Amino acid sequence: MSILTVSGSPHVHGQQDVRSIMYGVVIAMIPAILVSIYFFGLDSVRVIFISIVSCLFFEWLIQKYLLKGPITITDGSALVTGVLLAFNVPSNLPSLIIIIGSLVSIAIAKMSFGGLGKNPFNPALIGRVFLLISFPVQMTTWPSPSPMFSSEIVDAVSGPTTLGMLKEGLMEGKTVGEIIATSGFPGYFNDLTGAQGGSLGEVSALALLLGAIYMFLRKIITWHIPVAYLGSAFLFSAILWLIDPESYLDPVISMLAGGMILGVFFMATDMVTSPMSAKGQILFGIGAGLLTITIRNWGAYPEGVSFAILIMNACTPLINKGFKPKRFGSVPVQTTIKAAKKG
Amino acid sequence: MKTFKLGGVHPKENKITADKPITNLPLPAKVSIPLSQSLGAPSKPLVDKGAIVKTGQLIAKGESFISSNIHSSVSGKVVKIDEITDASGYRKPAVIIEVEGDEWMETIDRSLEIKTEITLSREQIIEKIKDLGVVGLGGATFPTHVKLMVPSDKNAEFLIINGVECEPFLTSDHRLMLEKAEEIIIGIRILMIALNVNKAFIGIENNKPDAIAHLTGLTDKYENISVVALKVKYPQGGEKQLIKAITGREVPSGKLPIETGCIVNNVGTAYAVYEAVQKSKPLFERVVTVTGKSLSDPGNFLVRIGSPVDYLVEHAGGLPSDTGKVISGGPMMGKALTSLEVPIVKGTSGIVIVPEKKSHRVNIHNCIRCTRCITVCPIGLQPVLLAQLTAAEKYEEAEKAYIMDCMECGSCQYTCPSGRPLLDYMRLGKGKVGNIIRNRIKN
Ligand code: SF4
Ligand code: SF4
Repeated sequence: MSILTVSGSPHVHGQQDVRSIMYGVVIAMIPAILVSIYFFGLDSVRVIFISIVSCLFFEWLIQKYLLKGPITITDGSALVTGVLLAFNVPSNLPSLIIIIGSLVSIAIAKMSFGGLGKNPFNPALIGRVFLLISFPVQMTTWPSPSPMFSSEIVDAVSGPTTLGMLKEGLMEGKTVGEIIATSGFPGYFNDLTGAQGGSLGEVSALALLLGAIYMFLRKIITWHIPVAYLGSAFLFSAILWLIDPESYLDPVISMLAGGMILGVFFMATDMVTSPMSAKGQILFGIGAGLLTITIRNWGAYPEGVSFAILIMNACTPLINKGFKPKRFGSVPVQTTIKAAKKG
Repeated sequence: MKTFKLGGVHPKENKITADKPITNLPLPAKVSIPLSQSLGAPSKPLVDKGAIVKTGQLIAKGESFISSNIHSSVSGKVVKIDEITDASGYRKPAVIIEVEGDEWMETIDRSLEIKTEITLSREQIIEKIKDLGVVGLGGATFPTHVKLMVPSDKNAEFLIINGVECEPFLTSDHRLMLEKAEEIIIGIRILMIALNVNKAFIGIENNKPDAIAHLTGLTDKYENISVVALKVKYPQGGEKQLIKAITGREVPSGKLPIETGCIVNNVGTAYAVYEAVQKSKPLFERVVTVTGKSLSDPGNFLVRIGSPVDYLVEHAGGLPSDTGKVISGGPMMGKALTSLEVPIVKGTSGIVIVPEKKSHRVNIHNCIRCTRCITVCPIGLQPVLLAQLTAAEKYEEAEKAYIMDCMECGSCQYTCPSGRPLLDYMRLGKGKVGNIIRNRIKN
């Protein structure tokens, strides 16, 4: 023995660290990545690759030359943002636009607030919403899924999305029943498996759920936000549907369609930007659920998940103020010293 | 199965010495017996340099309310009374004795017979416990006689015996429960008389099924002593958590356990009470677990107070060359030692040897606001917030957020994926807030 290390207790540390959490999220996204490659082919690989590389690159660039601090690109957080951003764009998005999205996500939404842990909004969502507003056409032109190894020749323009068709149809004055009967409407089965148009990572509810189960088992996410989010969205859309099934989609397909599952499990649960108490998280989930359905039905865009989560991100500091954890015993603090003096 | 509700963690148990019987360590050549081994002011030495002392002889008297008597753990000659470095890293006065033979005080009953009959009255018991220097052996070393003197406006209802041993690695209490169970039960009966309570519970975590079975069998004939098996969770050995787990009662913030009618004592203390009251033997030796995965011969040793740590390590196979840290106590709440010459004191439950590659903290990242620290805090505090307040020197706010309630269990820092030094901040903040409160009371 030469020199003993002396540090305060505890002298042991749990198994989870930032890396294992972040890489755990990445592992949970693998099924959805595979599905996207299956349906969208090499384009999907291109989008994911460019998104990841540019996110990592911008983080490195900023840390090295602007902040001149430690380089932490291996902590996995930029990797998660990269994959999430790719998940939120169509597979035929031009590479330059993806790079712009990565720049916005990392430079503006993350590093300008102080980097990992300090950003109030989910970086990938900020990137996506920025692109949606700046490049509305490119961001909503969904290529049709063309399963690998299938001989079908599909023209790569404008695959239908459940919510997109719905919004268009309703605007044309059709009823929901008529829209569903239209040829090409995805339906339950396609929503589950992913054989539909849409952003890269959102098409297959099943693949996403598989990843979500993995994150639960690894204790990376807790039930509070997903259950509250899905529960409130389901209830709200069920009520609307019961009142007027001609104008509103049935609640089951509402849950499976669009970015709901992706948003609920992979973006609303982002620990950095969601509340810090169980009750707060439940409130966050309920809020996001109601907002999503509201935006979908009455907003300008067919999809409302991104906006709903971002709005709830903005409410998070307020929610954190309102909810304190349950405390053991509850008498004012001064008595501690009196007791210690006495004893 | 019972446990406490709020928070808690499950560190790897690593009880590698659980089946190593307690062995008597031969006497060292020299012991250094610190004069402050319990909370409160150092005890006043009664011997001078050159004095010849016997094993068990009173060598220092506790004068303040919460300090305790100290007895020589060996026979021999006092070579000096000097300052030595103790487990906290500070220099503290100690009596240093060179060992000659092992001549015990005649007053001590050294027979092997177990004395079951309790003849002393309540007052005599407390007096004897005080005289013979019995303190809490769980680590906090609060003098036991003080605990037994329940304030007149309070009412003791239950005695709770802490056999939880929730710290990873440590097994001294476990071994004691297996090997000295009868004595422990007599100690419990003595404590019940001293406290005038009709009911005692022994709380043991279910990772020690042998101890649970053994004590359950032996307490069968006592209706008023029951063994309670508890689901493993750290920090169940905390007084408040243990009371909650066993009785469901919650000690109010800032109050002592007696508010709930409960008095908690460690199994080791119950054994020391037996020895003091029934055998007139002062507290001058204790069981210490010397452990660590790199040690060749870890074990549980009966050790005289004042023996140096390196002497124990020698007997556990010697210090491995890759050692990076030596902990006095368990890995969750123990202290990292600055030197191996530090003496074993009444509160030393174990020595854990940690290899160099496991001696360092994990890298620190920004807080990712994952709430894990909040979820695991057994007091229901917000460690992340308290750390921020302390770092920003907002002590008044930290006080309002109940920083003084922190029991320093380390669950938050253990769990934090960003490796934030949360407990360091807690200690700092508690120190500052404590000062502020004391000044306020003074003025
Ligand atoms: S050390 Fe204090 S703040 Fe941290 S978990 Fe334990 S009681 Fe809570
Ligand atoms: S456990 Fe660590 S990273 Fe998580 S909220 Fe607490 S301080 Fe932040």
